[in-house]
This record gives sequence, structure tokens and C-alpha cells, in this order.
Amino acid sequence: MNGPHDLGGQMGFGPVAPEKDEPYFHAEWEKRALGLTLSGGALGAWTIDESRHARENIPPAEYLGASYYEIWTRALEILLERHGFVTAAEIDAGHKQMEPVTPKRILKAEMVAGVLAKGGPCDRPVETEPRFQPGDRVRTRNFNPETHTRLPRYARAKAGIVEAVQGSFVFPDDNAHGKGENPQWVYTVAFDAAEIWGEGADPMLTVSIDAWESYLEHV
Amino acid sequence: MSADHHHHDHDHHHHGHGHDNRYTDMHARVKALETVLTEKGLIDPKAIDEIVETYETKIGPRNGARVVAKAWSDPDFAEWLTTDATAAIASLGYTGRQGEHMRAVFNTPDTHNLVVCTLCSCYPWAVLGLPPVWYKAPAYRSRAVIDPRGVLAEFGVTLPETKKIRVWDSTAELRYLVIPERPGGTDGLSEEELADLVSRDAMIGTAIAGPRP
Repeated sequence: MNGPHDLGGQMGFGPVAPEKDEPYFHAEWEKRALGLTLSGGALGAWTIDESRHARENIPPAEYLGASYYEIWTRALEILLERHGFVTAAEIDAGHKQMEPVTPKRILKAEMVAGVLAKGGPCDRPVETEPRFQPGDRVRTRNFNPETHTRLPRYARAKAGIVEAVQGSFVFPDDNAHGKGENPQWVYTVAFDAAEIWGEGADPMLTVSIDAWESYLEHV
Repeated sequence: MSADHHHHDHDHHHHGHGHDNRYTDMHARVKALETVLTEKGLIDPKAIDEIVETYETKIGPRNGARVVAKAWSDPDFAEWLTTDATAAIASLGYTGRQGEHMRAVFNTPDTHNLVVCTLCSCYPWAVLGLPPVWYKAPAYRSRAVIDPRGVLAEFGVTLPETKKIRVWDSTAELRYLVIPERPGGTDGLSEEELADLVSRDAMIGTAIAGPRP
């Protein structure tokens, strides 16, 4: 979707303003928001792709005004409600009012080290050979789905060079919507800045994305 | 907009510096959510403590700095990083969440690498820990791909105009670690001493390696 999250090339946000000796957290609630987001994911009811789509569906004015832990928390509330774990009324009340659906698992303290060390690999085998090879000249497709995609707007309908075949991975555009993992080959595709930004582009700049096979066409 | 007004907006954006409404609201909102989920038996608050402690004390940029220091010291390890970064990094014990599919990109005299996630906040947690606020915020995510030299200048890094810049937008599940150039005059240093020269930002590409200023 062409949501507020798709920020590449937008202007007006001011300087980056890195914070010297930035702490890991700026408030206690951020610690809890991190832990709640990971614990919510561990319930096993949604994928990382569905959670990303929940975040990018936050209305633009709210998304752009929110800190990232706030974005995570808002999306977590939506996901928990969607999958029957809590109701909005319960969150408002701050107490349990009804029984939740049964989760696949509950993240207990003693499981944390193992779960974090294992992570969630999302490479999957595919039957087909890669359609593109390093050195191939390709063009990204031009589409504007209302659904989840990982092809940013700035890199649509742009010609680039395949640099690497990176393996085959879960296809987020489907997986975010419960349509299955449907893995595809993923390629690193490099673009000259002039192809993306046109006049005035930095002549020494190359930008690359990692693109699923169905994002690409031969030139 | 007056200077005062601008200053207020700046503080508001970097929540936590002032106790404004958003801060208060989020504190209450997150507390309510944790209470409900705990009462329902869906979460273990001690698991949250454990997650926080892990990222405050165990998984942070020192992991990545050790990877870089070993790459500088051991050409075979550097080669392994180029061919299978996930396995090479795992050999040092750094695996798991947001480090499942690693790629190492090497700065050279010709090319400077910079990593961003324009679409969300993808970041190599296993080697760098939790991302800083600026990495997840719109200013960096919007500008890194169109004006990386301007962004670098805000970090105090000025590259020669003849130096190529390569920006890696983490749009899939690959996570990128920048291997900065080894500073001169460091021939006799141990890996632990070399790791002291590698900041988090140097491994994102918004700094170069060297003694802490």
C-alpha cells in the first residue's frame, strides 16, 4: 500500500539529529512495549508480514507523529483484537472482561533466550530455477496495491542491474494477508541514482533494494 | 515558526525528553495492555524483563564490533563473511532474531556503504542490538536514499566527492552489516583493542571507524 511508512525520497522531516550516547530506552513504557510486541508475536497468530502491514495501516498523520514504540504498540493492539485475544473495551478498562482464544504458545521467561537465539528464519525452498542472474538488466514493475508490498514507491518502474541471487524467501505480499508463504527468489537490484531521482542526482550514488522475483521484469 | 516553537516541536518528536501528553498516554496505554494480557495468561511479565535485560546487557553493538575486528585481523574470516556472513557471524555466537540472514558489506577506498530501511525499521539486531531512535524515524528513512551525503554530514562525516556511495535499502529479510575500513596505525592491536575502534554507527555506515571522539 502507498502508506505513510514508505518514506524513501520524501522531504520535510528536517535533520536526522542523532542523539549522543543515546540510551537503549527513553522511558520505562518503551521497555514494556518491546517485550509486549515480542510476546504478542510469540502467540503464533500472525506473521511478521501481517504485523508490518498493521503498522503501515496506521493513519498517516498519526504514523508520522508517533515514535516507533508507539507505532508498535498501536499495531499490537490491532493484531490482538483482530485475532481474538483482547477487545478494545478491555484495553480501555485495563482489565480482563472475557476469555481469549487459545494461543499456540505463551512466551515464558525461561524460553526467551532460546527463542531470541533461534529467531525466525524465512528462507524457504522453491522448485523453480531463478529467473534472473547477476548482471541481468531488469525493470521493477509499476503497481500500486492497496495491500502489503515491499517494493517501495521510489523504486517502481525503474531499470537496474541484478547484483546477486540471495536465496528464496517467504513472499510478504501474500503472507501478510494469510494467503500462504508462496516463497520466491529474492535478488539484490542496484540502481544508479539518476535512474531513480533524475536531474540533480548524486552521480556517485547507487541505491539497492532486495526484490522478490515477481517485482521484476526483463528489460 | 519561531525558534522557541521549533525547539518545542523537536522535543516533542523525541519523546521522553519532556513529560508531555503523548508520554503520559503511552505509559498508561502500555500498562493497561500489559495488565489485560497478564490477567488473561497470554504473557509472562518476567519474559518481558528477560527480553529487556537481554538487549540492555547481552545483545548490542559490541557483538558487531567483534565481527569487524576479526574481519580486520583474519583474512580467512573476512572471506567467509563475503561468502556466508550468517555462518561466519554465527561462529562467534551471534545468531537469531533479526540476524537470521546476514550480509556483510565492506567499505573500500573507492566505496562507502550505508544501510537503511525506508519501509520500516529492519536492522541487524543479532550484531547491533536495538536500533537507535533516529534509524527508525522519518528523517533518516526518507533521506538516506536520496541525500546520503547530506545525512552523513549531519553525523560529522564528509566524504570526498569522488567517493562512491552505496545505499542498501533493507526491503527484504536480509540484514546488512557494514565492515568499515580499518584505521591506519593499528597494526599491533589485538582484536579486543580493534573492537574498541568500531562504533555502532560505523557498522550502519553513518560513521567511520576510529578512536571515540
